[in-house]
Amino acid sequence: MKLINGFTTAWKGLSLTVKHLFANNSAREITTVSDSNYFKQLEKGTNTIQYPKQQLPVPEIGRYQLDVEMDDCIVCDLCAKVCPVDCIDIEAIKATEAIGQTSDGTTKRLYAAKFDIDMAKCMYCGLCTIVCPTECIVMTNQYDKTVFELSDLVYEFSDMPPEVAAEKRALFDKQQAEKQAAKLAAMQKKEGGA
Amino acid sequence: MNYYITYFIVAIGLFSFSAFFALFGVYAERKISAFIQDRLGPTETGKFGSLQTLADIVKMIQKELIIPAAADKWLFMLAPAVIFIAVYMGFAALPWGPGLIPSKINLGIYYIFAIISIETLGILMAGWGSNNKYSILGAMRSAAQIISYEIPAGFAIISVVMIAQTLDLQAVAMQQGVLSAEKITFAGFWDVTKIGGLLSWNIFRAPHLIIAFVIYFIASLAESNRAPFDIPEAESELVAGFHTEFTGIRFALVFLAEYSMMFLVSMIGVILFLGAWNTPLPNMGPVHLADWTTNMWWGILWVTLKTLGLVAIQMWIRWTLPRFRVDQLMNLCWKVLTPLAFLCVLISGVWRVWLM
Ligand code: SF4
Ligand code: SF4
Repeated sequence: MKLINGFTTAWKGLSLTVKHLFANNSAREITTVSDSNYFKQLEKGTNTIQYPKQQLPVPEIGRYQLDVEMDDCIVCDLCAKVCPVDCIDIEAIKATEAIGQTSDGTTKRLYAAKFDIDMAKCMYCGLCTIVCPTECIVMTNQYDKTVFELSDLVYEFSDMPPEVAAEKRALFDKQQAEKQAAKLAAMQKKEGGA
Repeated sequence: MNYYITYFIVAIGLFSFSAFFALFGVYAERKISAFIQDRLGPTETGKFGSLQTLADIVKMIQKELIIPAAADKWLFMLAPAVIFIAVYMGFAALPWGPGLIPSKINLGIYYIFAIISIETLGILMAGWGSNNKYSILGAMRSAAQIISYEIPAGFAIISVVMIAQTLDLQAVAMQQGVLSAEKITFAGFWDVTKIGGLLSWNIFRAPHLIIAFVIYFIASLAESNRAPFDIPEAESELVAGFHTEFTGIRFALVFLAEYSMMFLVSMIGVILFLGAWNTPLPNMGPVHLADWTTNMWWGILWVTLKTLGLVAIQMWIRWTLPRFRVDQLMNLCWKVLTPLAFLCVLISGVWRVWLM
């Protein structure tokens, strides 16, 4: 009895697989997962997606990786502070005066000498995008971020060359020194006057 | 002198055939497994990935031959050769068409069974020589399984031999078609000597041979270590079983042996049960389909087609059924297949005496 059962169930399995063997004659239709036909069509043709040639449509507002609009960033460091895994690395240089405005009208007073996000560490919680006062750090629907070197996953958004950074630092230091000198002079004058 | 040249040509021909078949077989296996699982299989190398296995061979040839430090060097190095040569020599006695057989010996089937048993030795050598516990476990499993399954397979073959009354495979083939010298009857009562075709195949001459064929086919899966009898390699339990330590061309030889074995056991099945190189088309009245489609070239075509059909079934089974547990394996062999095979032998005896 057990034996007959064994053979009938084996046959059942075999007829199931042979059905699939011959069902596999149409390429997979590329539809989004929200399509009502999505799971139905997986039953009839092949399920393989030949990736670079065929791509699954992603939602328009997919949240796959971070992007920073540097022109709008005021280098307030809030995103780096809120990040639970510390994967944002910002180095700010104070400017000697206001250096411009973001698109929403906030005044920029800091240069970003370094703005690195380590995508290999990021856990896509999105906290940084929430705290950003100018909404310049956002998540995009670009999902393909394969690289050959792990270090390539550190995205560098700041485009300031090191010489320029050094120059700005020197300018700021000079201004500070001048201020200090002016202050000293003022104090001496006050003391002398008293 | 000329003799030796012929021998070499035959040997080289058979080797290139088995190598070519292995290439084709691995490709077919990949495609069939993929289609069964709703995938595409190889697609990039060549049209539809058809050059994939060639690329694999090139890769294998380039690989370093590693001998584990603690391995038994000679056993380890010889094992793939023993495994492959055992299977390869089996091809010598298979008839490919009327008058076309590499080595016409009147003990054909006996010889084949003897020579392919040496494969077990090779597998044991591989397992023991690797000095790896997974390999030795795989090798022991393989030996246990092959020794067990040789019994039902042997009895299924004996029941054919009793009907055919010869061990010569060419003679067995000859009896199953229009070239037969003796009288053939369909199921013991209808004289089909002049009709031939499907009706004179062994499984129809004596219908209990259908059961013998199924037994033989199941046992042949076990002999070639194919799923559901792949416990010697059982990659999920034993890493890869007896060939875990082999690299490069040595591994390729083991692989070649597996695929040659699939072809070999299928071809023996075809010769013994499914009419060998005889056509499936019968003579019908003035339409002499059987006579028209029986000669050497047609013979090669028919036997290849039938064998590839069986190979395809082997692949189909591999990608459907789960692996047997070792106790289930032994149960099936000793409690089901062996008694059934005995029964077939018994019926064959009765059949031969009273119905032929
Ligand atoms: S998404 Fe989360 S983890 Fe990634 S950088 Fe922003 S705060 Fe950090
Ligand atoms: S929170 Fe926004 S504005 Fe502030 S440093 Fe980060 S990206 Fe720039």
